[in-house]
Amino acid sequence: MNISKSYKNTILIGLFMPMTLFILGAYNGVMQTLYRAGVIHKTAVAGINYYQGLTMHGVINAIVLTTFFAVVFGHVIMSHYLKKEPPGWSYSISMILMVGGTLIDAVLMIIGKAQALYTFYAPLKNSPLFYLGTSLLIVGSWVAFFGWIKMYSDWKKEHLNAKMPIAVLGTFVNFTMWFISSIPVAYESLILLMPWSAGWTNDINVPLTRMLFWMFGHPLVYFWLLPAYIAFYTILPKISGGKLYSGNAARLAFLLFLILSTPVGVHHQFSEPVMGQGTKLWVSILTYAVSIPSFMTAFTVGASLELAGRKRGARGLFDWMGKLPWFRSENYLFGYFLCGLLLFIFGGLSGIINASYSLNQMVHNTGWVPGHFHMTVAGPVLLVILGMSIYMYSTVSGKPVKFLSMVTIVPYVWMIGVAILSHGLMAGGLMGEPRRTNMGMSYTNPASDLFNPHWVPTATVTMVGGIVMGVAASIYLVCFFVTALGKRTRQPAISLPESEELHEEKTIPLLHNMKPWIIASVILIMITYIPSLINVFKYSSPVPNKFNAESPVNEGGNNDVHSQSMTNEKTK
Amino acid sequence: MNKYEIKTILLSSSVMAVFFFAILYNAFARKIDVPACIPYNATFRQSAIKKVDDTHYEVYIIARMWAFDPAEIIVPAGSTVDFYLTSADVVHGFNIERKGVNLMAIPGAVNKTTVNFTDYGTYRIVCHEYCGAGHHNMMAQVLVTYLKK
Repeated sequence: MNISKSYKNTILIGLFMPMTLFILGAYNGVMQTLYRAGVIHKTAVAGINYYQGLTMHGVINAIVLTTFFAVVFGHVIMSHYLKKEPPGWSYSISMILMVGGTLIDAVLMIIGKAQALYTFYAPLKNSPLFYLGTSLLIVGSWVAFFGWIKMYSDWKKEHLNAKMPIAVLGTFVNFTMWFISSIPVAYESLILLMPWSAGWTNDINVPLTRMLFWMFGHPLVYFWLLPAYIAFYTILPKISGGKLYSGNAARLAFLLFLILSTPVGVHHQFSEPVMGQGTKLWVSILTYAVSIPSFMTAFTVGASLELAGRKRGARGLFDWMGKLPWFRSENYLFGYFLCGLLLFIFGGLSGIINASYSLNQMVHNTGWVPGHFHMTVAGPVLLVILGMSIYMYSTVSGKPVKFLSMVTIVPYVWMIGVAILSHGLMAGGLMGEPRRTNMGMSYTNPASDLFNPHWVPTATVTMVGGIVMGVAASIYLVCFFVTALGKRTRQPAISLPESEELHEEKTIPLLHNMKPWIIASVILIMITYIPSLINVFKYSSPVPNKFNAESPVNEGGNNDVHSQSMTNEKTK
Repeated sequence: MNKYEIKTILLSSSVMAVFFFAILYNAFARKIDVPACIPYNATFRQSAIKKVDDTHYEVYIIARMWAFDPAEIIVPAGSTVDFYLTSADVVHGFNIERKGVNLMAIPGAVNKTTVNFTDYGTYRIVCHEYCGAGHHNMMAQVLVTYLKK
C-alpha cells in the first residue's frame, strides 16, 4: 500500500527516535553489570551515577522504546490489514505528544532531576515535569488507538461480513488493556505525585501510590509482550514457511490476556504490609491463569513451526527443528523471533515462580527478578522490537537493509548474552543479591566492610552476559543507523508478511466480539482491587514525607518527628 | 480448536493446579506465608528490642536513609522473633539471608513477620529496595548466639 508523506514520516520518527535513545539505554545497562561485578567501585562514571543510569535504562528500554514500538507496529498492522491510513489528527497528535513527553523525560534524566527509577516510588521524588512527561507519552499512545477505532469502524462499514483480522484483534486487545490500566497510573502521576512533587500538597499515601503503580505496572509488561505475540501468530508462520495452526486459538489467547492482564498487579506486592493474604492468594490464582494463554501460544506457535519444518522435508519427531530457516540473511526476522521464543520458555517459567505467593519471598527484589524479566522483556519483546524496527524502517522508507549478515547474527549473539546475564542474576538472586544496587561500592568491593565474596562470581557471570549483549546491541545499532541514513531504492510501502491459517475454522461468535471480554475484565479488576483499596485505607496512613535521592533530609518538613534518633529508647 | 489444543489447555491447567496445591499446602500445613496486615499507628516509629520470654523476642525496626535501627539484633539460638518493620522516610527493603524473610518497609504502614532462629551464626539483613544515593550501604545483622541465657 502506498502512503502519504506525513504518515510515512510519523512512522519513521516513531522508529528512529526511540532507537536513538536506546543507545543510552543499552549503554547504561552494560555499565550496571560492570558496577555490580565490582569492576567499578565508583558512584558515577562519565557524569552519570549508577541510579541515574538505572533510571535511564529502565525508562528508555521498558517504557519509551516499547510504547513507541507498540504504536508504530500498530499503525503498520492497521494500515496493512485494513488498507487505509489512520485519520491524520490521530497519528500526528499522538506522535507529537509522545515525542514531547519523551524529550522532557530524557532531559530530566540526563541532568539528574529524575533518578527515582522507572517505578518512581514515592516518597522519593522526581521533578514534577517527569510525571508530566511520562503521562504525555502514555496519553499520546491513547490518541493513536482512538484513531484506529475510527479507522476500523469505517472499514467495517465497507466490509460488512469480514472477520476482524487476528493482528487487528491483537492490537485492539493490547490497547484496550493498556487504556484501562493506564488510568490508575495517570491518576497517580498527575493527581497524586505531580502536585506533591511541585510542593502544592504535602502528604502522600505511599501504599496507595504503590498499588496504583502496579495496577499499571503488570499490564505494562503484557503491553510490551502482546506486539511480540501478534508477530508470532501472524508473521512467524509465514516466514518460517508454514501456516498458523489455529486462528481460533490465537483469538482466544488474546482475549484471555484482555481479562487477566490487569488484575494481577498485586503479585508485585507480596512482601507489602497492606494487602491482605486473601488478596495475595487470589492474585496468585489469577497469575497462574494468565499463564494459560502463554502455554496455548507455545503450543500453537510450536505446532506452526513443526508444520513449517515438515513442509521443508522433515520426517522424524525432532528433525523439523533443524529444517527451519536458521541463519538465513534473506529471512533475518526468523532468528529474531525464534531466539526470543527460546528465551521466553525460561522467562515464562521463572515468572510462574515469582507469582507463587509464599515462594515469592525467596526471590522478591533480589537479582532473580531482573534475571527473570531479561528473558521476557529483553528476550522476545526486545528481539521482536529490533527485528521488526529495522524491517519496518526499511519497507516504509524504501531503503534496503545494510550489512544483512550482521543483522542476521545479532539475535543469536543477543540470546547467548541474555542467557548468561540471566543465569548470573538468578543464581546471585537466590543467594540474596539485591537488585537495583550499586554493589561495586559495598558488597563486591573487597575494601568495604560489607564485602560479600559469595556474590562476586555470580555478579561476574552477569557482567560477561551484559558485555555480550552490549556487543550485539552495538552491531545492531550500527546496522540500523546505516540503513536509516542510506539511499532510497524502492517506493515506500507498508507491508507485512501475512500468515495463512491451516484450516478454515468454524466461527465462534464469542471470539469475534470484544465487549463481553471487556466487561469481564472490568468485573475482575473490581473484585481484585476493591478489597485492596479498602485494605490500603484500613492499614496505612498518609505521611508528610518528600525526599530527594541524594539526601536524607525531609523536604516535606517534620524532620524533628521523623529523623530523631530513637536508639536511647530501645529498651523502654 | 482441535483435540490437541484442548489437551494442551487441560494439561497446562493441571500443572498450574498442582503448583497451587503446593502453595496451599505450604501456607496451611507448614505455615509458610506472606506478611500479615497490621493497622499502622505512630508507636511503630519507635525502635525497640523487647524480650517477651526466654525464647521469644519482639523487634521493632525502623528503616531510614541509609541504616536500620537497631543495626544489630542479638538473640540466643532457638529464639522466635517477631519483626515489626516500618520506614521513617522512603520505601526500603528488608531481606534476611538464608531465612527467606523478605519484607518491604513502607512509611505509613507496618509490616510483620515471625522467624525462628534455630542455628547460631550471623544473618545479614540487606536493604533490597532502592532508597537513594546511599542504598548500597544499608545493612544490618542478626547475631544468633550459642548460649541460652
